[in-house]
Amino acid sequence: MNESDIPHFEEHKDGSAWVLRLYIAGQTPKSLAAISNLHRICDEHGETKFHIEVIDLLEKPQLAEGDKIIAIPTLVRKLPEPIRKVIGDLSDTEKTLVGLQLKPKLV
Amino acid sequence: MTNLALPSLEKSATGIAGFDDISGGGLPRGRPTLLAGHAGSGKTLFALEFVLHGIEKFNEPGVFVSFEETPEELAVNFGSLGFDLFRHQAEKRLRILHINLDPQELIEAGEYDLDGLFLRLGAAIDATGARRIALDAVENLFSAFADLRILRAEFRRLMDWLKSKGITAVVTTERGTDTLTRHGLEEYIADCVVALDNRIEGQLATRRLRIVKYRGSSHGCDEYPFVLDRAGFSVIPITSAGMAYAVSTERLSSGCASLDEMLSGGFFRGSSLLVSGTSGTGKSSISAQVVDAACRRGERCLYIAFEESADQIERNMASIGFDLAQWRQAGLLRFHATRASSNGLETHLAMLTGLVNECQPQMVIIDPITAFNVSTDEERIKTMLVRAVDLFKSRGITSLFTALTYGGDAPEATSVAISSLVDVWLLLRNLESAGERTRGLYVCKARGIAHSNQIREFMLSETGIRLMDVLLDAEGRILTGSARLLRQRLDENEAQIRSAAAARRRAKLEDRRRVVETKIAAIRSEFEEELHALSEELEQEHTSSDQTTRTLAELAARRGRTSDGNKS
Repeated sequence: MNESDIPHFEEHKDGSAWVLRLYIAGQTPKSLAAISNLHRICDEHGETKFHIEVIDLLEKPQLAEGDKIIAIPTLVRKLPEPIRKVIGDLSDTEKTLVGLQLKPKLV
Repeated sequence: MTNLALPSLEKSATGIAGFDDISGGGLPRGRPTLLAGHAGSGKTLFALEFVLHGIEKFNEPGVFVSFEETPEELAVNFGSLGFDLFRHQAEKRLRILHINLDPQELIEAGEYDLDGLFLRLGAAIDATGARRIALDAVENLFSAFADLRILRAEFRRLMDWLKSKGITAVVTTERGTDTLTRHGLEEYIADCVVALDNRIEGQLATRRLRIVKYRGSSHGCDEYPFVLDRAGFSVIPITSAGMAYAVSTERLSSGCASLDEMLSGGFFRGSSLLVSGTSGTGKSSISAQVVDAACRRGERCLYIAFEESADQIERNMASIGFDLAQWRQAGLLRFHATRASSNGLETHLAMLTGLVNECQPQMVIIDPITAFNVSTDEERIKTMLVRAVDLFKSRGITSLFTALTYGGDAPEATSVAISSLVDVWLLLRNLESAGERTRGLYVCKARGIAHSNQIREFMLSETGIRLMDVLLDAEGRILTGSARLLRQRLDENEAQIRSAAAARRRAKLEDRRRVVETKIAAIRSEFEEELHALSEELEQEHTSSDQTTRTLAELAARRGRTSDGNKS
C-alpha cells in the first residue's frame, strides 16, 4: 500500500511512536464514532507519540486478510509488540485503554 | 429414493455415499444446513466432502471456512482421502479461509459488527464463483466474542446474506449438553438440521447420523450408522432396504449330499441360514462346506470371521479336506477377519455394507454372530441382524450365520434370539452316550422346504463332512460313535455267520448232489448194460429166426422143386 493511502491522523514528538491501525467499512455511525473516540483517547495521552492509520475495507477489502479482521471496527496496535486488538466503536474508554495497555488518565 | 423429494424443493447433492439417499437427494439448494455433532463426530469431514464433491462431481466451486483447523492441517488430513486441496485452490475452484479467533487478543469496547468476516467471505466467493460454502466449527466464533447479542444478530444476518446469494451452505457446530447446539443455532438455521453422534456403549464408539429436520422435504428419520474410513464419509441407509425383495426358487447344494437330502434338495438361493451349536460342534466346518460348494459353483463368497484369522481358518479347514486357499487365490473367496469388540454394532454393519458393495458376493458367512454378545444387549444385536438379513435378502445374497450356544442353554435357544429371522436353522449338538461325545445335526426349521426330522450323526473326515446313516437301538435311541460302530460290527458279524452257515449247507447239498449223481450214473450204467444185453439177445434171436426162415425156405425150395415139378 502507498504511504498516501494511509491517513496520518496524528503524530507525537517524544518517545518511540505507537502504530495504531483502525479498520472500518464505510462511513457508518459505528465507524465515525470509533474515529472520534480514538481521537479523544489519543489527545488525552499527549505524552505518547501515536502513528494512526485508518483503513476503509470497502475501498480495500484485500487488506482484511493481513490482520485477520472479522469485526468492524477493529483497532490494531501494531507497535509496540505484541499485537493487540480492540473491537467496537471504542465508546468504552476504560476497555479501550486496557486493550491498548495505555494507563488511564485522570481528566 | 428420489420419490422422497418434493418437486418444488431443489436439492444440492452432497456426493456423500448414502446421505443423498436418506435425504432424498441432498441438502436444500441455496440454503444453509446446520450440522451438529460432538468433537470427533465427523463434522469437518462431512462439510469438506460436501464442498469438494461439489467441485469434483457437480462443477460447483466452493469455499471452506475453518474456524479451527489451518489450511495446512486440512490439506494433510484430506490428502489421505485422495482430495487434492492444493490443486483445487490453484485452479481457483476452492478457497480455504482460516479464521483464527483468539479470545485473548480481542477486547470489546463498544458496538461492532462482523462486516470484516462478510467482506472476506464475499471476496472468497467472488474469486471462486462459489456455489457452496462450509462454515466449520462456528462455535469458535461464539466463544471468541463476549457480546452474544451482537453475535446472534450477526449470525442471522450472515445466514440471510448467504441465502440471498443462493449459496448452499453447511454450518457445523458443537452439540450442547442438553440442547442440539451449544449456542442454539438451530434457531437461525431452520431449513435443514443434521445431527451427528459418536456414542460410546460398552467401550465402543458408534457413529450415527440423523436428519433432525428438513423443511419441505420428507426424509429418513432413523439414526443411520456411518463410517469414516479411507473412502471418506459414508452413511449406511440400511433400513431403507425394506422387505420387498424378490425370492428365488433355485435350490443350492450345501456340498454335502446327505445334508441336501435332509433338506430335500438343498436350501433356497438368497435364504438365510443359521448354524447353531455349542463349542466344537462343527459350526465352522459346516460353514466351510457351504463356502466350498458355493465357490465350486463359481460364486463369490464373503467370509466375516470374528474369532479366527483367515490363515487359521484355511489351515483348519484344509485338515478336513476343504482347500479354501484356492478359492481365495481365484478371487472367489474374501475373508474379513476382525474382532467383534473392535467396533460398535453399527460400525460393523456399515463395514459389512461396504464390503458387500465392494465385492458383490453371492454368499456371506458371519462366523459367529454371537461374538457381539459380550458387549451389547440382545435387542440391539437383533436389530442389527435384521438389518443385515434385509441387506442380504434385498441383494439376493445367501447368508449363513453361525451362533454359539452354551452347555447350560436349551439347545433351541440361540443366545441371540434370531432364529425367527432365518429361513433354515441347522442345529448341531453333542450327543453323549456310552462315555462318548459325538456330533449330531438336525434341521430345526426350514421354511418352504420339506425336511428330515432325524438327528444325524456327522463326521469330520479328511474328505469333508459326512452324515452317517441312522442306526437305532432296540429302544429307538439313535446310536452314535462307537456304539454305532459296534452295532455295525455286530450286524456284520451276524451276516458273516449267516453266510458261513449257508455256505456249509450249500457244500453239503453239493456233496449230496454228487452222491446222487454218482448213484444215478451207476443205475444208468447198470440199466444200459441190461438194455445192451437185451438187445444183443434180441439180435441173436433175430439172426437165428432169419436162419430158420432161410432154412425153411431152402427146404421149401427144395420141396417146391418137387412140388413145382408136380405143378408143372
